[in-house]
Amino acid sequence: MSARIGHQANERIVERAHNRPDNRPQNRTNELRPDLARISDWIAPGARILDLGCGDGVLLAHLARTRQVRGYGLEIDPDNVAACIQAGINVIQADIDDGLADFATGAFDYVVMTHALQALVRPDLVLAEMLRVGREVIVTFPNFGHWRVRLALLRGRMPLTPALPSQWYDTDNIHLCTLDDFEALCREFGWSVLERALLDRRHGTGKLIGLAPNLFCENALYKLRRPGA
Amino acid sequence: MSTAVDRGLASSPPNAATAATDSVGVVVPRAIEISQPLLLDCGRSLPQHSLMIETYGTLNAARSNAVLICHALSGDHHAAGFHAADDRKPGWWDSAIGPRKPIDTNQFFVVALNNLGGCRGSTGPTTINPETGQAWGPDFPIITVRDWVRSQALLADQLGIDCWAAVIGGSLGGMQVMQWAIDCPGRLKHALVIASAPRASAQNIAFNEIARQAIISDPDFHEGRYAAVGAKPSRGLKLARMLGHITYLSDDAMRARFGRVLRGGGDGRFAFNYEVEFEVESYLRYQGQSFVDRFDANTYLLMTKAIDYFDPAREYGDDLAAAFAHAQAKFLVIAFDADWRFSPERSREIVNALVVANRDVSYAVIDSPLGHDDFLMPLPEYQAVLRGYLQRVAGELAA
Repeated sequence: MSARIGHQANERIVERAHNRPDNRPQNRTNELRPDLARISDWIAPGARILDLGCGDGVLLAHLARTRQVRGYGLEIDPDNVAACIQAGINVIQADIDDGLADFATGAFDYVVMTHALQALVRPDLVLAEMLRVGREVIVTFPNFGHWRVRLALLRGRMPLTPALPSQWYDTDNIHLCTLDDFEALCREFGWSVLERALLDRRHGTGKLIGLAPNLFCENALYKLRRPGA
Repeated sequence: MSTAVDRGLASSPPNAATAATDSVGVVVPRAIEISQPLLLDCGRSLPQHSLMIETYGTLNAARSNAVLICHALSGDHHAAGFHAADDRKPGWWDSAIGPRKPIDTNQFFVVALNNLGGCRGSTGPTTINPETGQAWGPDFPIITVRDWVRSQALLADQLGIDCWAAVIGGSLGGMQVMQWAIDCPGRLKHALVIASAPRASAQNIAFNEIARQAIISDPDFHEGRYAAVGAKPSRGLKLARMLGHITYLSDDAMRARFGRVLRGGGDGRFAFNYEVEFEVESYLRYQGQSFVDRFDANTYLLMTKAIDYFDPAREYGDDLAAAFAHAQAKFLVIAFDADWRFSPERSREIVNALVVANRDVSYAVIDSPLGHDDFLMPLPEYQAVLRGYLQRVAGELAA
């Protein structure tokens, strides 16, 4: 029955939530992580937002506080859901891989997803759904074109890097891509890239990234819009 | 009172009413007389009515910490604590209500009532119709969820509560919570809807109809006037309750709990008769029989009909989001993944409508061992969500 399949999927995604490369749940008293700070710069005040895989709700809480943003997080891990609820953040317990059919077209100004794209069963379909539900989409992912990854493969081994710390057999990252792969997908579907921020491991921008982005960017942030939106 | 000595000697646990520090202890129900006339959805009206209530905790000076508990099909005002020190069982939601429990009576003034039409002391089929001097029986008007909310609002007036900190209910209780948020938007800050649905499905109505037919077709039903002739439609009511209990448990839960185990151990051979043979048959018969001893058949009919009629979207062009558009409360919706009576998909319909209506809502799906029955159970994940949410509600009171 579908219930059983759903349950297995849940376990997988729960695992993913715990193993995110940047381990999103973090101490709320800390400064906002630099990539999240950058995302919030991309969001207009007072917007309506859907945050896919919202973790403990740190981004939504920050946006609500600083930009009067109203929104909801989608999250699958029960501990994160409980943390959001206790913090007064609107959270809906759901599996992103089940799609966004529960949300109407154009229901949100922004749909955001940080560091979950590569763990989805069909990232292309989820991106298309995000662009249906949101006027604009903000998505982040680790760049598989980074030189450390290439070097590992040249040596004949799957990469183990700071951005991709899990072994090939137990990683939750099943659909990794390079910057060029991602932009090719955007071109193929006609999604326009409104903004992009290419960051290193410490979420900084360096000269090298400017020279050869697909070699030196470790953490990519994109803001997309669908044609005609 | 139990002492340390007899606690130590007792083979059974010390009596829970006095031993447990997280219990509200012994509570005394009281009747609240509502003297304002109540116009009902069916077109009839009640010039006055009486509601049995229990309260736990203390109403603060600002009268802002009151929480209303709405009961489900067979519930009543006895939600927590004990009526006597030697009671074997506490109130029906004692797992969640008490000092330091998720619905913390150290923080909240909790009000539980027996709904209008009930059979535990509130005005209903078993009470006297002042016009005839006889019990109402089948002449008692059919009550809707909206009628209950009107009656509960009159109760709130009587208790001096302008605005509930939260209204909380599971199953049919959750339906009352939604109706509160829609009909009295300014009178509740938070709406907690647990294991519920935005309207009864055809399958829900079908089960209810079989339950009603079981009661109505019992030869002892006497068109609802069984009490007048000293009869009771026990077989019908028992069947109705047995049917209900099937829907309260998931297939997996039934398999885990009873499997195909034969009763009495025996030699494992079939008896080739129609006596109780499988454990699950024994369970259902026990549940049915114990229900007959404490519940009224006319009330059961009325309660199932209230579920069937509940459909707040109906007067908003079948648009649930439009129904919620005027709601002001913040919502917490909780579902249980093995619940098939009111499945998580039904809760998600509520959540989706609230999102469209731009209301604040959070939604948790609890990993559920039993099914629908789990809304009454002290599951750690469930209690963490309930507790976390209500701690925040309590924090707002202090702010």
